[in-house]
Amino acid sequence: MELTNVIAVDGVSKVYRRFSRRRKFATLKSALLSGSLISDLRPHETFSALQDVSLTVEKGRTVGVIGSNGSGKSTLLKLVAGITKPTLGTVRVDGRISALIELGAGFHPEISGRENVFINGIMLGLSKREVARKFDEIVEFAELEDFIDAPVKTYSSGMYMRLGFAVAIHVDPDVLLIDEVLAVGDQSFTHKCLDKFAEFRRRGKTVLLVTHSLDLVERLCDEAVWLDDGRIRATGDPTRVVDAYLVNVEKAEERQIASADAKTRKQAATAGPPNDDHPPDMFQATEGRWGSREVEIVEVSMVGDDDQLSHVFPCGARMSIRVRVRATKPVADFVFGIGLFNAEGVCCYGTNTALEKLTSERMDGEGEVVFIIDSLDLVAGTYKLDVAVHKRDGYPYDYHRLLHTFRVKSRTNDIGIFRPRHRWKFPDNIRFTGHLD
Amino acid sequence: MLHNLVRLLRHRSLIQTLVARELKARYRGSVLGFFWSFINPLLLLLVYWFVFSVVLPGIRPIDIEPYALFMFCGLLPWTWFSSSVLEASNVLIAGGNLIKKVLFPAEVLPVVTVLANMIHFLLGLPIIAAALVYFAVPVRPLELLWLPVVVLVQLFFTLGLALIVSSLTVHFRDLKDILGNLMTFWFFATPIIYPMSLAPPSGKVLLDLNPFTHLVISYQEILFYDGPFGHWKWLLALGGVSIVLFLLGYFLFDRLRDSFAEEV
Repeated sequence: MELTNVIAVDGVSKVYRRFSRRRKFATLKSALLSGSLISDLRPHETFSALQDVSLTVEKGRTVGVIGSNGSGKSTLLKLVAGITKPTLGTVRVDGRISALIELGAGFHPEISGRENVFINGIMLGLSKREVARKFDEIVEFAELEDFIDAPVKTYSSGMYMRLGFAVAIHVDPDVLLIDEVLAVGDQSFTHKCLDKFAEFRRRGKTVLLVTHSLDLVERLCDEAVWLDDGRIRATGDPTRVVDAYLVNVEKAEERQIASADAKTRKQAATAGPPNDDHPPDMFQATEGRWGSREVEIVEVSMVGDDDQLSHVFPCGARMSIRVRVRATKPVADFVFGIGLFNAEGVCCYGTNTALEKLTSERMDGEGEVVFIIDSLDLVAGTYKLDVAVHKRDGYPYDYHRLLHTFRVKSRTNDIGIFRPRHRWKFPDNIRFTGHLD
Repeated sequence: MLHNLVRLLRHRSLIQTLVARELKARYRGSVLGFFWSFINPLLLLLVYWFVFSVVLPGIRPIDIEPYALFMFCGLLPWTWFSSSVLEASNVLIAGGNLIKKVLFPAEVLPVVTVLANMIHFLLGLPIIAAALVYFAVPVRPLELLWLPVVVLVQLFFTLGLALIVSSLTVHFRDLKDILGNLMTFWFFATPIIYPMSLAPPSGKVLLDLNPFTHLVISYQEILFYDGPFGHWKWLLALGGVSIVLFLLGYFLFDRLRDSFAEEV
């Protein structure tokens, strides 16, 4: 097989204009009067969606583009499709392109599905005869045999998308550009799309796929490109690129949780104690802080195996909750408690020193209490912590209710709350491919 | 640019399909359907006839009979022209989805607008023909050969203006509102509801500067007035101007083309 580059993106930058206030209110008249008709068409402020991006795709390869929202993925796809032009650099594509950027763009609501298939097909570059030849196949693929003569405005959004997808995929392009559209319709339709997609790859077509489904990239793509803030951060083997991307996402999440947490704590502190005598129902998941503060929880931090502060932990890792406490005067009656709640407010686990048969003797001044979870056996998700110091009879010194957040991540999409350590055993006549890490 | 112009010709099947869609979609759901193409100009004519024959009969020139037919000869091409230009001012913004999300030749949109309106105009011609027969207006058959030429000149003139207007409104949205009033003014500055002969000498110079005057006079001379078609020199000159305007419009459209995907 000859290895030629079907898509060649060379040093491409794309600058969007962000017009200043003055420009926004300008009219043709004022532009003519001030003689600034041409200069007003130039940007005053700019925003770079892509910066110096170079990318080549060989014939027959499937390349996945990943990256967070606003990283320039769709802009890249539009440039390759030729819908917009690069500000700098060149884009070259050989062969017929079909861009699945928005499905059913150009459908006219008033006329029938049948007529729209013809018009859409011609818009996408087919001749009338070609559409006529593929018509039955398109309708069958879209599963719209019964509705094809009804006006498109009566279609459900799923039907609309299916018809759009069916037309676009039957254009029979050499290069297929897909922007996050494989998720149309129900499960069975998605499978059909994936089958069609696999057929494309078998027939040696080139595919550029923009998606948030990392799983899809690992499963289907020969190569992955990670865009971050308009630049290419990594290209190459999908698994490696996806992993690098995930590490980065974690870091971003870490920052996000930390700042959100700080905000809730600040709100709880300024709101003051809601009710000292009757703390809110334990089973109601509302954040708050209350207590007499004779013993105060000064700080709560979570650290991982590496002793680094963290808010994101891999499933099964060690997690230590460090609670910094300060007693304003010596106390003898105290209990430390920890509660773990999932995002729905379900208590996953709760314990305290009294329940674990520890009897308090004396506490004075400041110190750090550490609660160590050797193996964080929870399924992936966001969890919140209750941290409290109170008397044996329940009188609260300082109660932090759901004020501390952490996230458990896992590459396995298992369900439930608790993930017991487990393994499978099979006899020799039952075999699988693939392995768990 | 020339390359792109040739491409426009290659898109003719797309243009054809879209014009058909435009016509189909317009009357879909209405009871009278396609007959509205005939009824609309007749109703418009009725309004003007009411104003000038019932409400203000004094204003109406006496020597022109039948007056309704005279008006209709100008009104029909005017409707084609003004609807095209007004619709063109919105066509790129309305078709934003196509321009932003699909690799779509944007110039097809204003062209389709002009052509769809031309079909309506052509459908109105049989009404004029029927009226000519009914009123027994003498028509010179040889003069009728000029009619396709007039239509062609108007087509290029309208296309040129539609291309300019459609590409400029993307950047200057105010144009849409200005245009509505401008077209009303233009209508009264064209000898459609009054004959050219009624204009004072100074007004005549101004009317002569209005390109649409010469189109309307051509229609009137060919269809309405008994006498030779003497306006052909003006018409051919306007034909030249129209082709220049069309090329100019296309050039402007082509220059602004890359900004459409970002601005609509």
